[in-house]
Amino acid sequence: MTATTEASSGGPAARFARRIDLAVIRDYGVVVAFVALFITLSLASNVFFTWSNMKNLAFQTAPVGIIAVGGTLVFIGGGFDLSVGAISGFAGIMAAKIFIGTGIGLWGSLILGALVGLGFGLGNGLLITLGRVNAFIATLATSIIINGLGQVVTSGNLVSVSANRFSTLGLGTAWGINYPVFVWFGFAGACGFLLSRTTFGRYVYAAGGNPEAARLSGVRVNVVRAITFCISGLAAGIAGVILVSEVQTAQWNANTGIEFDAITAIVLGGTSLLGGEGAIWRSVLGAFFLQMIGNGFNLLGTTPELQYVIKGLILAGAVSLDAWARRRRA
Amino acid sequence: MTAHVETRAISKRFGGVQALRDVDLEIERGAIHALVGENGAGKSTLGKILAGVHKPDEGELWVEGSRVAYRSPRDALRDGITIITQEPTVVPHRSVQENVFLGVERGAAGMLDERRTARRFAALVEETGIELPGRRLARTLRVADQQKVEILRAIARDAKLFVMDEPTSALTTDEAERLFEVIRRLRDGGATVVYVSHFLPEVLRLADAVTVLRDGRLVRTAPTKDETPERLVSAMLGRSLDLAFPPKVPAPKDAPVVLSVRGLSRPPAVQDVSFDIRAGEIVGLAGLIGSGRSEVARAIFGADRPIAGVIEVDGRPVSPRSPRAAIRRGIAMLPEDRKRQGLLMLRSVVDNVTLPHLEDVSAVGVLSTRIERTRTSELIASLDVRAKSNDAPVNTLSGGNQQKVLFAKWLFRRPRVLIADEPTRGVDVGAKRAIYELIESLAAEGIAVLLISSEHEEVLGLAHRVLVMRGGRIVAEFDEQTMSENAVLHAAFATTGERVA
Repeated sequence: MTATTEASSGGPAARFARRIDLAVIRDYGVVVAFVALFITLSLASNVFFTWSNMKNLAFQTAPVGIIAVGGTLVFIGGGFDLSVGAISGFAGIMAAKIFIGTGIGLWGSLILGALVGLGFGLGNGLLITLGRVNAFIATLATSIIINGLGQVVTSGNLVSVSANRFSTLGLGTAWGINYPVFVWFGFAGACGFLLSRTTFGRYVYAAGGNPEAARLSGVRVNVVRAITFCISGLAAGIAGVILVSEVQTAQWNANTGIEFDAITAIVLGGTSLLGGEGAIWRSVLGAFFLQMIGNGFNLLGTTPELQYVIKGLILAGAVSLDAWARRRRA
Repeated sequence: MTAHVETRAISKRFGGVQALRDVDLEIERGAIHALVGENGAGKSTLGKILAGVHKPDEGELWVEGSRVAYRSPRDALRDGITIITQEPTVVPHRSVQENVFLGVERGAAGMLDERRTARRFAALVEETGIELPGRRLARTLRVADQQKVEILRAIARDAKLFVMDEPTSALTTDEAERLFEVIRRLRDGGATVVYVSHFLPEVLRLADAVTVLRDGRLVRTAPTKDETPERLVSAMLGRSLDLAFPPKVPAPKDAPVVLSVRGLSRPPAVQDVSFDIRAGEIVGLAGLIGSGRSEVARAIFGADRPIAGVIEVDGRPVSPRSPRAAIRRGIAMLPEDRKRQGLLMLRSVVDNVTLPHLEDVSAVGVLSTRIERTRTSELIASLDVRAKSNDAPVNTLSGGNQQKVLFAKWLFRRPRVLIADEPTRGVDVGAKRAIYELIESLAAEGIAVLLISSEHEEVLGLAHRVLVMRGGRIVAEFDEQTMSENAVLHAAFATTGERVA
């Protein structure tokens, strides 16, 4: 039994698409693009494929990568999270303030900071499921609220942590690799397991792929969706405390825009904006790919500003490919 | 005088279903011509072909003496043919008059002149006698008035032939009466109306000529004055059947009641519905589309919350709060639309089959893919599902195999009650037979089955008892001795003359 797509009508575009299956490009495009860029940069620069550059690349990607991993769950579950930038900024502020103001110590304050992110994620989840607010608008609203709260608690000022100990998480290393890289890979592994090997993961795919069918199969779609937002909030919280630990200063708008990097990474990886499809490894690769573009521009010494144009074009291309692949299957 | 529209040997297939075969029809200019038939007889398809919504696979369409090949409703409208459906398509946030002149605005350089629009609208109202408040927002109108907007819109584009597809199904009796007035006025003004409906009494009052369709074929066309409800119903009967049903094994009379429904209500679709199903019994729920059959199923399953009623499984009450609660109590439902309500089309066979039962194949939330696969494979093999692999996405399967996957999904954990809503829709003949045998064998195991189907012969061929619904109520019950297609159709069509509001 072959795919129903073959029944679709002719026309030059369709014939072309039949030869090169768009869905395959979409599904494995990130792998191909990643490998191609990797080889190109290795050949073009003798610095690129070195242990220290690789380490550096992973370290720089970690915060966005963590947020992208959490966001992937939200996407697959049929949601959208725009508030992760604001959440990560606020989580960083809370971690710094708790570290300075209380005696619970370094790890305690970092964990509490990350949990603040989880709390905001829960708020998003409730607003979207019980409050029935569209996910895009709901997280836009919470993002504005959280940025406002960040300004209130800091009076708009920088929060500096003088104790160098505070940078242990951000700058500390094991076997020469920075801790954030371990956190990222650990978090990605945990979420990947959750998604592919647990009942919850199946429910996420079901809730995003066909919410009505999921509900009629006994899946509590709202609960599942709310949990994905909690995980996304937690991811933003973790990224936030890592970033604040790296620089030992916190500011409400420090991470503005990181949500767009994360969304770009997710989409480049091939996780669909429409829900029900996708995987964690895709977003990890997507985040790496995105970072590699910037890294390559630096190494090759070309106009760094141009990288944004390239990133934007690649993103638009990836989404367009997704739309084409879907239409052929419809 | 040539006919306004003529079809010559028109045929149309949808997937495995032959919707129309060799239909030759002439429709006179300035007449109200009704198309009647059972669910799935092809009357809507024929109407849509006239209006360019569907393209015939074979045959010719002639309009005003010349042959045409419409590729879209736009093409048909150029010849003055338009279709009005039961769900009007108006732009909700624009005024009535803007809607009427949508796309045919007249104004200098794209500027809208509201006063001029109002004058044009007033002229149109006067000409047609169809009264509507021009400045009201379209969304504030009732469905009946939105249909009038569509009719006026068509007239503004010089439409001369109106195809109306079940236009009264969403209207109250009063609103329907007013629509009939409009339709008569259109005819008296020289327009032709093709009226697709299954409300026989209203067809007989309204139409000048009636065409009966059965199983995609034209049975006969006759002047309305020669027809009676009884004659029409008997013309619809006797659908050609290439289907054989497995022998019925009625449940013993003393079998315990498994599903008991009392006073179930969710107005307007479900009104005070009560019935029992015994272990091993197949009860058929028949009725026309829109009579409330699926709504009863959904209310029992908790998909839509009923406002009143008691549901018991094995004598213990089930609170119909959510499908989850119903599933826990052993109720399973195959929904009528397997793509939208039943399956995750992009996920694998395994994922779909185990979705409601993940607790059975996991420990502390972690799936045992080995157990999941083995149990799914057994079930898939026993139902003879043809799939490349159990990891293949279900959208790569044929309709019949998808339906079997849906059965596998609900048989993974044997249910006490199985509700099958349109279990053979869009399925080829071979798979139909397999599904019939499956339903029969499940009943033989002692499962209580509620079978819903628009194909009455399917209900008659399988069910041990048939309940007929009309207007949200159960209006008739037939047992093995009394059930016949004739009896079921008469009950479903309400040939006593009353109209269901």
